[in-house]
Amino acid sequence: MLVVAFVSFSLFNFVGDPINNMVGEETSDAERTELRETLGLTDPIYIQFTRFVGNASKGNFGISYQLKRPVSELISERLPATIELVLVSALIALISGTLLGVYTGINRKGYLSDIILAISLLGVSLPTFVIGILFIYLFAVILGVLPSFGRGEVVSLGYWTTGFLTLSGLKAIILPSVTLSLFQMTYIIRLVRAEMMEILQTDYIKFARARGIKEKSIHYKHALKNGLIPVITIAGINIGTLIAFSIITETVFQWPGMGFLFIQAVQFVDIPIMSAYLVFIAFVFVMINFIVDILYYFIDPRIRVKAEAVSG
Amino acid sequence: MSFLKINNLSVNYEMRRETVYAAKKVNINVEKGEILGLVGESGSGKSTVGNAIINLIDEPGKVSGGSIILDGTNIYENPENILKLRGNKIGLIFQDPQTSLNPILTIGEQLIETIQTHLKLNKEEAKNKAINLLKEVGIKDADVRFDNYPHQFSGGMRQRVVISLALCCEPELLIADEPTTALDVSIQSQILDLIKRLTKERNLAVILITHDMGVISETTNRVAVMKNGDLVEIGPTKEILTNPKEIYTKALVSSVPPTNKKINRFKIIEKENKTQSETNIKILNRWTKKEIIDQDLVEVKNLSKTFDDNFFTESSKNSVMAVDGVSFSIKEGESFGLVGESGSGKSTIAKMIVNLYSPSAGDINFDNVCITNITNNKEMMKFRKQIQMIFQDPYSSLNGRLKVKDIITEPIKLHNPSISSQEIDNYIYDLLESVELTQQSAERYPHEFSGGQRQRISIARALATQPRLLVCDEPTSALDVSIQAQILNLLKDLQEQLNLTILFISHDLPVVRQMCDRIAVLKNGKLCEISKTEELFKNPSHDYTKELLTLMPKIESIYN
Repeated sequence: MLVVAFVSFSLFNFVGDPINNMVGEETSDAERTELRETLGLTDPIYIQFTRFVGNASKGNFGISYQLKRPVSELISERLPATIELVLVSALIALISGTLLGVYTGINRKGYLSDIILAISLLGVSLPTFVIGILFIYLFAVILGVLPSFGRGEVVSLGYWTTGFLTLSGLKAIILPSVTLSLFQMTYIIRLVRAEMMEILQTDYIKFARARGIKEKSIHYKHALKNGLIPVITIAGINIGTLIAFSIITETVFQWPGMGFLFIQAVQFVDIPIMSAYLVFIAFVFVMINFIVDILYYFIDPRIRVKAEAVSG
Repeated sequence: MSFLKINNLSVNYEMRRETVYAAKKVNINVEKGEILGLVGESGSGKSTVGNAIINLIDEPGKVSGGSIILDGTNIYENPENILKLRGNKIGLIFQDPQTSLNPILTIGEQLIETIQTHLKLNKEEAKNKAINLLKEVGIKDADVRFDNYPHQFSGGMRQRVVISLALCCEPELLIADEPTTALDVSIQSQILDLIKRLTKERNLAVILITHDMGVISETTNRVAVMKNGDLVEIGPTKEILTNPKEIYTKALVSSVPPTNKKINRFKIIEKENKTQSETNIKILNRWTKKEIIDQDLVEVKNLSKTFDDNFFTESSKNSVMAVDGVSFSIKEGESFGLVGESGSGKSTIAKMIVNLYSPSAGDINFDNVCITNITNNKEMMKFRKQIQMIFQDPYSSLNGRLKVKDIITEPIKLHNPSISSQEIDNYIYDLLESVELTQQSAERYPHEFSGGQRQRISIARALATQPRLLVCDEPTSALDVSIQAQILNLLKDLQEQLNLTILFISHDLPVVRQMCDRIAVLKNGKLCEISKTEELFKNPSHDYTKELLTLMPKIESIYN
């Protein structure tokens, strides 16, 4: 976290002079130095950095150059849209990825497996924005069934605005979330498939077969549960990536989320927003990894024992 | 009619380039209440036959002919048949208890699921049955252990769980595929006793697949010998072991190290029924042979090694005392045996002597110099040159990406950088011929060789630096008996002619008896006793040694 904080902090210092960005052409040199003094920009780097970290930990990332509003306010406004988008696409990716992965892992030689794998290859190789534009063209322009941009109507619940409660909101989330999930889904399909194929070769599966356990139970109870352990690691990291990828998807679909905000910020060199975004993403990654580690504890009994041995 | 009838069973593995015939027209009958041993070396098709009975042959193998009739039901007539029989009428035990249980389900969950698949019991009844079964196979506190995961059991206990799983729906046929190979002798004898007891109590038909002739002679009623997919000979165990008719069976029986006497060399019967001559050791003239003087080459004093799990704290809670105050000495030119079960610290001692581990306490003297305190790398090199090691696993101890030539060149160049390439080539050819490999082997890669040949390469590599001490850590435990006999003969010849000192580490008592002059017995890192080999076998003084000796499966037990 500190490293990322440092990188985003150095954005301030190395991507242009902040004073130049803030003041107009006709400000005099004296005024500039004065502003520098009051903003603490003459202090040594490490003091500036501590101040930055201190403020950031309180959620204060300064004021947007472009919109002249506190960054934290802008982010909390845009956060729900991104979270909802990422959540929906993560669910799509996980559920359909696992199901299709199990299917292709078990029926290795079926036609349907070949088709799924061929499509999944497309999913990996086509960039997200191409898929997004294709989807818009197909479903919004030709078929006209789904909206091509925006979140639709949203319902405000205090700090949170949600699109789940209205029909137009639900419709609007389909295209971007499917687009976003496609890459992750193919990834998970391939991972689950490889894991399943490996686990179905192991001795304990063979032994379970020799005991006459039903194939269905072997696949879902014995094999899948073991196969999910590495999948969770990857999926955890990938949910972080989803948020990062959402920049592109949000731009394509004009989704009013944080990625969209970030792109706008980049265009206007709005450094406070950019650095806040960076810190936020890093925070999400750390949290997700933490959650994944906790999940391990529940799924894999071997880790549980080690943990007990250390604490006890 | 027999309970199990295998008629003309053939199993083929269709590979891209060739078809491997893993079983060729095998005929075996098994009756209820008898244990049939199925022996053979690796690749003989013994496991294939076992797997064919339960229709679990690995891809791309398939049954290409013949029939298997169990209690009147033809298994291959209808694919549905086997699904009804698995677990229900046929139980299967695999070799490795570490991998045959699902690691993320408790043993209770696995037992209940199996029971409920075949018997119409509710969860409570299934649980009671499972707990009774666990008690029956000798697991203490079965009702508590019921909720444990497989990794919370030791190897022997796990194999008991596996047996209880195989037996939980009261099968009438039990197929045990090397059920004790991965276990220590003391646990092995417990498991074999358990199988024998259950066979009697439940009137089971048992097929015991193994390569261990000692196990065969102590457990089975009849034995079937297989080689390259052919059934060589079948008959009552006593007859096969004492009076084998086929040449192959004779060779197999004669290459088993006898437990009751020391023999000079293993008799190796080739196809043409002639015995193998002594090894021609070509490197002899290059060897600066050490005269045997009556003094200690290696002296180990109060050696201890603690493995600390915890990197940061000095807490002794998680630390394991792998070796605990062990002292012994090895005379120049002697073969010294280190014997013990897994976890006894024998390999740790070996690694400390070759300086791969540094001891936590104690000293190791080599040629009257203490090598434990040497910090200077150059100083250490002198000793590394004189101490070489042969590892257990011939598959992972050779770098698969190097040619045999490069594998052997490396140590030579390391210790003698000025040697010319012409000289190296000659030296390598001599080394290879000394371990009975052809000169052409130098240009090949390790994967082109069989396990026994690879172990020969390892020996050649170890000899390349002209060591005085050869540390052999279970050098033959991954090999078949006939190959083992050849490798042991080779080691004996090399030792005699080169005056090598050998530290021989093994869990296999008969092998140690044939190889060593003196033996040290280890248990849990502590030394139990050291004595001359024959004395140890005839008149053991320590209780643990006595126990090991009585538990060791003896091929000679068939005479009694």
